Amino acid sequence: MTPEQDTLSKLEKRLLNDYQRGLPLSATPFADIADALGATEAKVLSTLSDLQERGVISRVGPVFMPQKAGASTLAAVAVPPEELAAAAVFISAFDEVNHNYERLHRLNLWFVVTAPDQQRVDEVLAEIERHCNQPVLNLPLMKHFHIDLGFPLWC
Amino acid sequence: MVLTECDYQLISAIQGGMPLVSHPYAEVGKEIGMSEKQVIARIGEMQAQGVIKRFGVVVRHHELGYTANAMVVWDLPDERLDEAGESLGAQDCVTLCYQRPRRLPEWPYNLFCMIHGRSREKVLAQVEQMVIELGLSDIQHEVLFSGQRFKQRGARYQ
Repeated sequence: MTPEQDTLSKLEKRLLNDYQRGLPLSATPFADIADALGATEAKVLSTLSDLQERGVISRVGPVFMPQKAGASTLAAVAVPPEELAAAAVFISAFDEVNHNYERLHRLNLWFVVTAPDQQRVDEVLAEIERHCNQPVLNLPLMKHFHIDLGFPLWC
Repeated sequence: MVLTECDYQLISAIQGGMPLVSHPYAEVGKEIGMSEKQVIARIGEMQAQGVIKRFGVVVRHHELGYTANAMVVWDLPDERLDEAGESLGAQDCVTLCYQRPRRLPEWPYNLFCMIHGRSREKVLAQVEQMVIELGLSDIQHEVLFSGQRFKQRGARYQ
């Protein structure tokens, strides 16, 4: 257990571990969760808001299967280290870019582009390629093998 | 599943997260002119059809102390890809496992998996263990750790 996890309350841990999937599809899902965990609805709501404010969770909501709604791809580009920060700012500024990471590799900038259609994805990649003056590696998903049940935090 | 204009409105309304209120589905419905029942039914259908792969708390691993994030890429012969993909995807600490195209000569790797761990050493040890247990010692692979995180949020489709 990490220090970050040590400071979590029991209720926080249960919410984080047990509800990465299966938010109840009832009129009052948070009251249902509260019942299951022996808490009040108000406490569940305030705890989730707090986790969200602290950045421990990004949201309570859907994770979409890539390419089942809209078009997306994973892309990578090799930029000189001294230009990394500026290239990252340019790439992150696209609303279509939802993830943008440095990776410790010759291809040092990796990002995900998601848009309503393939044409827009291609346009974004082309603009980034022009701006960085480097070829962008376009690696669209072909097949997924993992059924995403969430990540077991306390194992 | 064919997504309707209505579905895209719903996706747009929920992709940033559900409102943290007592009746969240009713609240979303009010925004886009759907009833609470319709919202619940469409979200249920999108889950059943795999458009939504999970619906709940989306954890930011880094903030919980899982600071080592590695993308492990493998160059698998086509005939071994499915078997390796399924066995890697079934590992507890693998959070994503995808086939993507090779881009030769620049990029020979066709299978990608994501591992979150508490340290680089632990992640490397997990990769080592998977190589042995899953019989992948003859497969060329690379571990790409993440450095700076410049942007991280859910996808937006509208």
